[in-house]
Amino acid sequence: MTRRRIEPLVWLMFSGGGVMAAVLLPVLAVLFALALPLGWVSPPDHDHLVSLFGNPLTQLVLTGVFVLMLVHSAHRFRYTLYDGLQVKMKRTIAVLCYGAAAVAALATVLVVWSVG
Amino acid sequence: MTDVRVYRRPVPTWWWVRKRSYFVFVMRELSSIFVAWLVVYLLMFLYAVGRGATAYEDFLDWASTPWVVALNVVALLFLALHVVTWFILTPQAMLVKLGSRPVPAALVIASQYAALLVVSAIVFWLVVR
Repeated sequence: MTRRRIEPLVWLMFSGGGVMAAVLLPVLAVLFALALPLGWVSPPDHDHLVSLFGNPLTQLVLTGVFVLMLVHSAHRFRYTLYDGLQVKMKRTIAVLCYGAAAVAALATVLVVWSVG
Repeated sequence: MTDVRVYRRPVPTWWWVRKRSYFVFVMRELSSIFVAWLVVYLLMFLYAVGRGATAYEDFLDWASTPWVVALNVVALLFLALHVVTWFILTPQAMLVKLGSRPVPAALVIASQYAALLVVSAIVFWLVVR
């Protein structure tokens, strides 16, 4: 029964994470995965990044956004396996997907708040 | 007492490769893996920044190796698919009203792209200025 009560919350987080992945993730990914490593824009100095990512407001936003995106991803992948790829081990899939998201969420808290 | 047995025709694993729209649907859903990867990648970046200037530079070197770049390019293509399909789905999933009038779907889609641009500009300014 608890699972039924949690289901709407998961869908809500799925939607929130989907919005974040659509609106905020592209610029973060382009900047930090391509533009800075490949030198399209000159990488900012380390001090600037520490003051930006060490700011509690940035840390709060990043924690919330990352956790939402992780839940979004886990929830969607769960249904991709079940409906899309016809893997019918319902319980195992759910445990693995949300378990991975929980581990990554813990890592998010540890990493994001360690800067600065 | 007899159990009611319902016959369910088994769905083949590769049902989605036969039709273009099915294929795009599964690709769209698979974008979830790449969203997760990009979050993990950003965490690795932050971890390197937290460890110091040398770790940060080493990370940028590692991130410019061909395999990492290739993976991130693929991830960004999937992310683009997520963005486009998500924005199209929004007006179908919810009715946006201005006063008592429903806002046209095209306007809802356009305003999401506007939000994407504004957010991108702010983040770019915060990081690179």
